[in-house]
Amino acid sequence: MSTLVIAEHDNSNLKPSTLNTLAAATAVGASVHLLVAGKDCQSVADACAAVEGVEKVLLADDDAYENQLAESVATLIQSVASNYTHILAPATTFGKNVLPRLSALIDVQQISEITEVLSADTFKRPIYAGSCIATVKSNDAIKVITVRATAFDPVSAAGGSGAIEALGSAGASSLSSFVGEEIAKSDRPELTAASIVISGGRGMQSGDNFHLIETIADKLGAAVGASRAAVDAGFVPNDYQVGQTGKIVAPDLYIAVGISGAIQHLAGMKDSKVIVAINKDEDAPIFQVADYGLVADLFVALPELAEAL
Amino acid sequence: MKIVVPIKRVVDYNVKVRPLSDQSDVDLNNVKMAMNPFCEIAIEEAVRLKEAGTATEVIAVTVGTSASQEQLRTALALGADRAVLIETDVLLEPLAIAKALAKVIEKEAPKLVILGKQAIDGDNNQTGQMLAALLGYGQATFASELSIDGDTASVTREIDGGLQTIKVNLPAIVTTDLRLNEPRYASLPNIMKAKKKEMDIQPVDGLGIDVAPRLELLSVEPPATRQAGIKVDSVEELVGKLKNEAKVIS
Ligand SMILES: Cc1cc2nc3c(=O)[nH]c(=O)nc-3n(C[C@H](O)[C@H](O)[C@H](O)COP(=O)(O)OP(=O)(O)OC[C@H]3O[C@@H](n4cnc5c(N)ncnc54)[C@H](O)[C@@H]3O)c2cc1C
Repeated sequence: MSTLVIAEHDNSNLKPSTLNTLAAATAVGASVHLLVAGKDCQSVADACAAVEGVEKVLLADDDAYENQLAESVATLIQSVASNYTHILAPATTFGKNVLPRLSALIDVQQISEITEVLSADTFKRPIYAGSCIATVKSNDAIKVITVRATAFDPVSAAGGSGAIEALGSAGASSLSSFVGEEIAKSDRPELTAASIVISGGRGMQSGDNFHLIETIADKLGAAVGASRAAVDAGFVPNDYQVGQTGKIVAPDLYIAVGISGAIQHLAGMKDSKVIVAINKDEDAPIFQVADYGLVADLFVALPELAEAL
Repeated sequence: MKIVVPIKRVVDYNVKVRPLSDQSDVDLNNVKMAMNPFCEIAIEEAVRLKEAGTATEVIAVTVGTSASQEQLRTALALGADRAVLIETDVLLEPLAIAKALAKVIEKEAPKLVILGKQAIDGDNNQTGQMLAALLGYGQATFASELSIDGDTASVTREIDGGLQTIKVNLPAIVTTDLRLNEPRYASLPNIMKAKKKEMDIQPVDGLGIDVAPRLELLSVEPPATRQAGIKVDSVEELVGKLKNEAKVIS
């Protein structure tokens, strides 16, 4: 048995979600290899080799993988797939894009977003926006799996001494090409990795009013998130969305401001350790999951909170 | 240009789904069913391309039980020209659905296939990508903007870090994210007209594909519940609790 984990990176740095995925791989119990597909990404391979428990790093450094488009990366993984019993990737937009394509190429029914490894072939995963937890057993020869990062504590990024092995390019696909990217730059921590998250909803009324949230985020060293309604209304960019169809977060502290608590939003944050809700409607469903609820007008409460911190 | 839009019948997004008492599966008895919201966005995008003169025909397809005819009728009322039901007795897994869809698409030979990025029942987020692989097409997933330019599509994708724009050669697979468009409601006259539109029903057995399940569902449980919390009376009390009781801020 051996497991291949697909590393998520930006050609210079390894993304933390890879370390959570490695924790799931370790729980499967086989030896673990990492695949790095990119361009000029030796530093990522070096970082991977240093990760606790990684036996080998396969490095495919080629023009074809510069932007990690699904067509090329899936074909590359396919070229080594038969050496493995398990192939795992984080359930991020990267993993969700690439892994099902690989899965069909090798005729495997993927298991998406696992939250627990029960044995080498049996896993738990949320369904119906987390309203139910399914236990599924895979009868495929190779298990193809995406991993919900918040459900696994990351393995240590240090202490390993894996060997780096060059992997030949499987060729660039001409089916798609990269045009450009608008990547949000922020001094705040990344939403899915932050230990404190403060999110705003429709109750914020405008994008300008998000400065009330940002002031508090900066005092707490928190990341800023949002409900779908706030993103749809254009208050904040799409990458802020927390929920069933956005990002999954599980910080030590989650503060929901002007968010009603629809099941689709709860799906993305209800595993947070401590939840605070600020809402003027005392019957808002968000209070059912909140450890501390404050029934108040956010336009009064947020400046007070900023002052008190 | 022909567009195929695969859709899915799922539990309505307002329903809180629970496990059956024997925990063998989810309890779908007497719950409201609807078209998956991401599929509505896919239909809307295709219909807009037709209204703009870019597309000539929109074909809604589903792989499901006979009851899925209801959702295909909705797709027809929203502007699809005709519908195809690949009929099954049971709900298939995404890979099997993708295989069935691939057969339909090989026959229809559309230039574009638009699907929802995920169905809100299994939350798998797989079918579009699998279909792209089976057909050897390029894929543009999680689309928030789509434009057709000759033999390519330019697609802006919602990714974790922000937005990414790619070009895909046609024919291609596009999967929709929430902000691609705001779907319309079907008007009464269009609902009436939809009843007369063509619906082709074929058994999945006739396609010559292997649809046997690969996964076994061992159990379905409710998620861990959270302890009910308390209401605080002021910001001051809240900050005190967070510092001294929960100890999550200093
Ligand atoms: C397919 C699908 C996928 C979805 N995916 C997601 C997802 O990933 N994430 C997500 O968040 N949603 C998602 N949704 C949407 C979800 O169903 C809700 O519509 C959304 O979460 C509501 O956002 P909200 O709580 O900000 O807005 P609302 O429900 O409108 O709530 C606003 C809240 O603000 C409060 N408020 C207003 N003014 C004030 C004030 N001055 N002071 C204090 N409180 C105030 C109100 O009392 C209310 O509770 C999805 C829906 C569908 C159909």
